[in-house]
Amino acid sequence: MNIIEQLDNDQITKLGKNIPDFSPGDTLRVGYKVSEGSRSRVQNYEGVVISRKGGDGIAASFTVRKISFGEGVERVFPLHSPNIENITVVRRGKVRRAKLYYLRDRSGKSARIAEKTNYKPSGSNK
Amino acid sequence: MWRLSFEEEIMRSGVIAKKIGMTRIFREDGRQVPVTVLKLEKLQVVAQRTLEKDGYCALKLGAGTVKAKNCNKALRGQFSIANVEPKKRLKEFRVSSDNLIDVGQEIGVGHYVEGQYVDVSGMSIGKGFAGAMKRHNFSGLRASHGVSVSHRSHGSTGQCQDPGRVFKGKKMAGHLGDASVTIQNLQVVRTDPDKGLIMIKGAVPGAKGGWVTLKDAVKKKAIVSVPYPTAAISEPKAEIEMKSGELGDDSQKLDDVKKSEDKPITEGKNQPDLEIKDES
Repeated sequence: MNIIEQLDNDQITKLGKNIPDFSPGDTLRVGYKVSEGSRSRVQNYEGVVISRKGGDGIAASFTVRKISFGEGVERVFPLHSPNIENITVVRRGKVRRAKLYYLRDRSGKSARIAEKTNYKPSGSNK
Repeated sequence: MWRLSFEEEIMRSGVIAKKIGMTRIFREDGRQVPVTVLKLEKLQVVAQRTLEKDGYCALKLGAGTVKAKNCNKALRGQFSIANVEPKKRLKEFRVSSDNLIDVGQEIGVGHYVEGQYVDVSGMSIGKGFAGAMKRHNFSGLRASHGVSVSHRSHGSTGQCQDPGRVFKGKKMAGHLGDASVTIQNLQVVRTDPDKGLIMIKGAVPGAKGGWVTLKDAVKKKAIVSVPYPTAAISEPKAEIEMKSGELGDDSQKLDDVKKSEDKPITEGKNQPDLEIKDES
């Protein structure tokens, strides 16, 4: 293993994140730490994963889109960020794209994603 | 005159390092720091340049390894005098006379402390013959309004009959990259003594596997905890401090004798102490 890979793996194990198996189209609830002055609390952000980038390496990130007060909101989370308290998969979606950017142009009925009924957890994922 | 001021200044040796690549480090508060990973490969002092003998003070460092058969005779002679393995890269660093390091001593990552600033020099990645847009950030010509073929060309290169020539130094197309570049004030984010790695915030010149030189930043104040002349690896640190203190006296010979006697004992004593220091 080369040095960079080794460093990345060391850091990932050190961060010790419990990341569920999820993919684009899934609906996630992300607990994100928000610090207000001295105290911090966990804020939940729930929406559809429209993209995952960087595999599960140290630089990996994922984008969650939701409709907030009629306005589309997208947030990009670093996969291994220490600020992510927890990630929960709310719903598994059935999609045929890796990047669901087409959802940006759609709203209402056409922006629905069918539920995946035959989900099988694969052993290789964390 | 400038040489005098050179000598008054406290100058520590730099290092030769290999660029491994880039990654990122997560801070506890979730901030991500982009870092370049540099590795010290068998970095040793190959020769000293002293005021008495050479008229200036410097250290010649060598890094990496090369097969002896691929090394020319002149270099092999230098290495055999210093009693070190043949080195791939050699570089001289100006130091002040109290920061000379013994020939053959290895320099480790303990030379740098986390948080300090360094200047990193290296050869930038060669780009070949590049146009004015890429090389000098010219805007090029317009996409329409009668421009044909020459959308990425530079415009006029000067005036008319007076001066009737193109001024020297006019920015034009030409060779880009593969030039010596120094990036100043890069912060040392982390050091890894076990693997011999230094992690520096931001990018440094050159490709992966290339060689760069690090020096203490000239435009930042030195951190107090920076070790002078270097952190001990094979030699105990206390001894080096003592030596630099006594350099002004005429007891240098005596000092050398003492060193050879004390070496094995103090070495054993100081090693655990050193490890703790590195962790913190």
